[in-house]
Amino acid sequence: MGAIARRTALRAAVLGAGSAALAGCGSALDPRGDAGGDVALTVATNAVSGGKNADEADWIEKWVIPRFVARQKAKGADVRVAFLPSGVDDEQYKTKLALDLKAQAGPDIMGLDGIWVGEFAQARYIAPLREVAGDGMADWEGWRQISPKVRSLARFEDRLYGIPAGTDARVLYFHKPLFRKAGLPTDWRPASWWDVLDAARELKRLEGVTPLQINAGTAMGEATTMQGVLPLLAGAGGWVSKGDRWYGDTPQLRAVLGFYRDVYGSGLGDPRLQQEAKGRDKSFERFAEGKLGILAEGDYFWRDVLAPETGTAAMKRRDNDVGYALFPARAPGEGLGGRDHVSLSGGAVHVLNPHTRHPRAAFALLTALHSAAALRARLGDSAMITERDDVNDVVLDQDPMLRFCAEAALPVTAYRPPLAAYTAVSLALQEATAQVVAGKSPGQAARAYRKELSEVLGGSDHVIG
Amino acid sequence: MSAATPRRPADGRDPVRALLRGVGAYLLVALVLAFFALPMLWLASAPFDRRPGITASLPDFTLANFARLWDNPNAVNSLASSLVLAVGSAVLVVALSALAAYALSRVHIRGRDGLLYALLLLSSIVTGTAAMVPIFLLAAELDLVDSYLGVILVLTGGLLPAAIFILKDFMDTTPRSYEESARVFGASPLRVLRDVVVPVVRPGLATVGVWTVAQVWGNFLIPFLLLRSPDKSPAAVVMYTFYTEGGQPDLALISTFSLLYSLPVVLMFLFVSRRYGFRLHGGIKA
Amino acid sequence: MAATTSSAETATRTGEQSPDGHGGEPERDAAGLGRRRAAAFVAPALVLIALFLVLPAVWTLYLGATDYRLTGIPAIDPAFVGLDNVTKALGDDDFLHSLWLTLLFVLGSAVIGQAGLGFALAWWMRERTGWLKTTLEALVMLAWILPSSVVAFLWIAFLDRDGGTLNTLLHTPGAAWLLDHPMLSIIVYNIWRGSAFSMMLYSAALGNVPASHLETARLAGASGWQQLRDVVFPRIRGHVLTNLLLISLWTFNDFTPFLITAGGPNGATETLPVHIYKTALGSGELGYGAALSFLMLLINLVVAVVYLRLLGQKNKARRSGKRKTAARGSGGPTDQDAAPAAPHAEAPAAKEETA
Repeated sequence: MGAIARRTALRAAVLGAGSAALAGCGSALDPRGDAGGDVALTVATNAVSGGKNADEADWIEKWVIPRFVARQKAKGADVRVAFLPSGVDDEQYKTKLALDLKAQAGPDIMGLDGIWVGEFAQARYIAPLREVAGDGMADWEGWRQISPKVRSLARFEDRLYGIPAGTDARVLYFHKPLFRKAGLPTDWRPASWWDVLDAARELKRLEGVTPLQINAGTAMGEATTMQGVLPLLAGAGGWVSKGDRWYGDTPQLRAVLGFYRDVYGSGLGDPRLQQEAKGRDKSFERFAEGKLGILAEGDYFWRDVLAPETGTAAMKRRDNDVGYALFPARAPGEGLGGRDHVSLSGGAVHVLNPHTRHPRAAFALLTALHSAAALRARLGDSAMITERDDVNDVVLDQDPMLRFCAEAALPVTAYRPPLAAYTAVSLALQEATAQVVAGKSPGQAARAYRKELSEVLGGSDHVIG
Repeated sequence: MSAATPRRPADGRDPVRALLRGVGAYLLVALVLAFFALPMLWLASAPFDRRPGITASLPDFTLANFARLWDNPNAVNSLASSLVLAVGSAVLVVALSALAAYALSRVHIRGRDGLLYALLLLSSIVTGTAAMVPIFLLAAELDLVDSYLGVILVLTGGLLPAAIFILKDFMDTTPRSYEESARVFGASPLRVLRDVVVPVVRPGLATVGVWTVAQVWGNFLIPFLLLRSPDKSPAAVVMYTFYTEGGQPDLALISTFSLLYSLPVVLMFLFVSRRYGFRLHGGIKA
Repeated sequence: MAATTSSAETATRTGEQSPDGHGGEPERDAAGLGRRRAAAFVAPALVLIALFLVLPAVWTLYLGATDYRLTGIPAIDPAFVGLDNVTKALGDDDFLHSLWLTLLFVLGSAVIGQAGLGFALAWWMRERTGWLKTTLEALVMLAWILPSSVVAFLWIAFLDRDGGTLNTLLHTPGAAWLLDHPMLSIIVYNIWRGSAFSMMLYSAALGNVPASHLETARLAGASGWQQLRDVVFPRIRGHVLTNLLLISLWTFNDFTPFLITAGGPNGATETLPVHIYKTALGSGELGYGAALSFLMLLINLVVAVVYLRLLGQKNKARRSGKRKTAARGSGGPTDQDAAPAAPHAEAPAAKEETA
């Protein structure tokens, strides 16, 4: 199996010259590099046919790879490509990739969550794309179609490490029939946090309805940070980090925690749902059943969870019954950068293994994964915000919700800082919200967050405020 | 359950009280029976439900979930992989631990007990998450990544101390006279072990074998870390793939697969308990 | 195995009929192994253990003295920090809380729960046959051998607050067991999960207690509790300790609660293995996680030493018990009646002689 092209230090020492020759063969400068011979490539993403992200897995295996192999053959190159599926939690997938890369093995092309780029780069598991693929990489036609904002997903310390694979946005979903029942407008456009709480108070009068879920606590994991704390923080005009330093106990954080207290302290949200291991699934089910009024989620909720036919909590009348609105700033103009509304985005990035033996072939395959034709094939008649503007122009017409995300949310969106410490900081933020939900005051929770921050960062040097 | 034992001898002579006691004892047994049976209901209902939820209920009957699972490219295959790993590890663990336990039981080696305890304790580190980097790098160095053998060896190494520990106690309690007779007739020690000792400790070997299979059958981390080819993934790993992008479980597939995934170990248990019986022997000898 | 069945049965029968007391000397080299051959028998297991257990374990201990991480700068250039990780852990409330939960979990679910229920089951089953016993035994064993990922789903479904089986039965809709009684839930879960091992061990042990002795005690007017204390317990003390040692160790290292509660709500069920998993795999802090493993090893060691202390007393008791057995005339005909009628009764009968 060609996935593991191992060249550990010990091996290199034992095999000496032989292994050096292999290494030479793989360098971009080697004229024999990719010409003819036996080129075997592997691609890995956290997707598996018949399981997690099955569409993506099927698309790579059945669409991208055969066409790529055929095209290379037409050029006279014999290339074999294997797809290495996974279908596990992101943390487990990340661990496996990191271990492979540490052993200087692993797939030639791999999908990473954009947020991992920094820590993988710092560990030298991955290298800037230009170093791996050579200067020729700049010639790819697709770069012009990827906006700088989306490209920032694949950047760390001003260097580009791969090609982003689409992006997403977070919004507030609301259940229109419930809104109608509560006498609220079905074209709801909240302009401030106050508006959101107001609507929730109206919904609270309905029997058996949880008015509002803004994720909190550690059970929700990153969903708390992505769908809760960060959009609120941006709405309060604050942020988590500046450069490589992190904000501690700021007035904006206190405002965010105060909002949590308003939601969970007065019965507008169901705090139990936030503590259950399967709480997020349950909140999806409740929304689909019309027992939850407002839910903060990513566009994935619309595409995968509520999808009328295939969703895990399918809503037959999704297009009619589900409304969506941007996260409002705390008050108009108070959002990050003086904005009225905010959103938060993430996305995957495809990178090359710096130890690939066939960098040029690997880069060719990488771009094949991001050609306009490939992306259109990937989507079929479904829609997603892809990395390419030219594709978005076409596919987003099929789905007004995603068009809304691309046109209204992306311009005001923010990306998480791609720093290695982010995971620990995110956990500390989740704990702070958990404390507020459990009844502590926002001030106490913010002070505890400040303390936790200096602990996980190893001192106060990297803490602001 | 102590209600089942007469508290006073006088009880036996009072028929009303004896009856009450009997009823009480059976009520208690029924309660325990329910305690063990009830959580398993979900496994009996959800796979046959058209829309399985996280609750056990009378299913809206369908076999469609099985058809879906059958179409899944990895599901059925993975059971075969699990079988290879489980059988391989069980054979190694049973054979090696029987040999070692026998020798340790019959010949005194200084520091033997201390060594056994130390290994038992160390095995708790290796089965934990913290050891994953050393284990992975070790396997990579030995070229055991993406091979069944690597997984089998790592798992066997982790399970052996407890297996030896259980079996040694077992061997300590078997009578020696037959071994001596066999030896008088000129049988080699290996033969004595095979023909005299093994038959006597057979239920113990069966127990250790079943224990090993159950441990390997359920292990996720080691095969996940060490295997790469999709067709080698065992069921424990494939079970994790029936989730969506955002981590929502696909309960139709998960419940159905759970049933298929459980069946082999259940069948093995029934077979082994019929054929060999389960008996454990224990009691630490100084 | 089939080929040896006949000799096995011969051995079995002779074993039952000639209780000559030879089994009582663990050290006797009956088969004439000799040290060298004994070493050869042990070697394959030891080699595997050395390579795939001791080496990674020691390596892990070493990692515990560094600030090694899965990713980021410390991944390529880990610094040696000595005992910093250990002192950090000992001063960390999360760790101490997690340790406390683990001890609670071990004490509640293993030492009291599994050992207690396992013994009760073995006691109830000891003289019984029939479908009820077979069914109960099979269910208990099933709970033990089902894969943990399956078992986790079973318990989530069982305890679910909206439509869980338990709430339906108790007519307590909406009772959130996993949120309101998280530790109790996973303790009960683990009793369900692991009682089989104790049941098997005690079943074997109880086979060593001659029915005649119980009968004598009963006729002498001993209460059920007195019979247990004076007749049964001294004879199964060794089994009790083996059992406690193994189930404590296993429960200590049990990761399955994570699959049910993910350590929540708010860390209320974050036992040490879960804490280590979150540290090592979740946050990628492998050095710190390894140090936590080391601390866990030490605590396991303490637990084992405590049990072995109790074992020391047992040996004395056992030796005196043996004398008593011998005095009573080893292996009267009633002793054989004590052994279950199953064909595998050989070993319990033999064991009786050693006790």
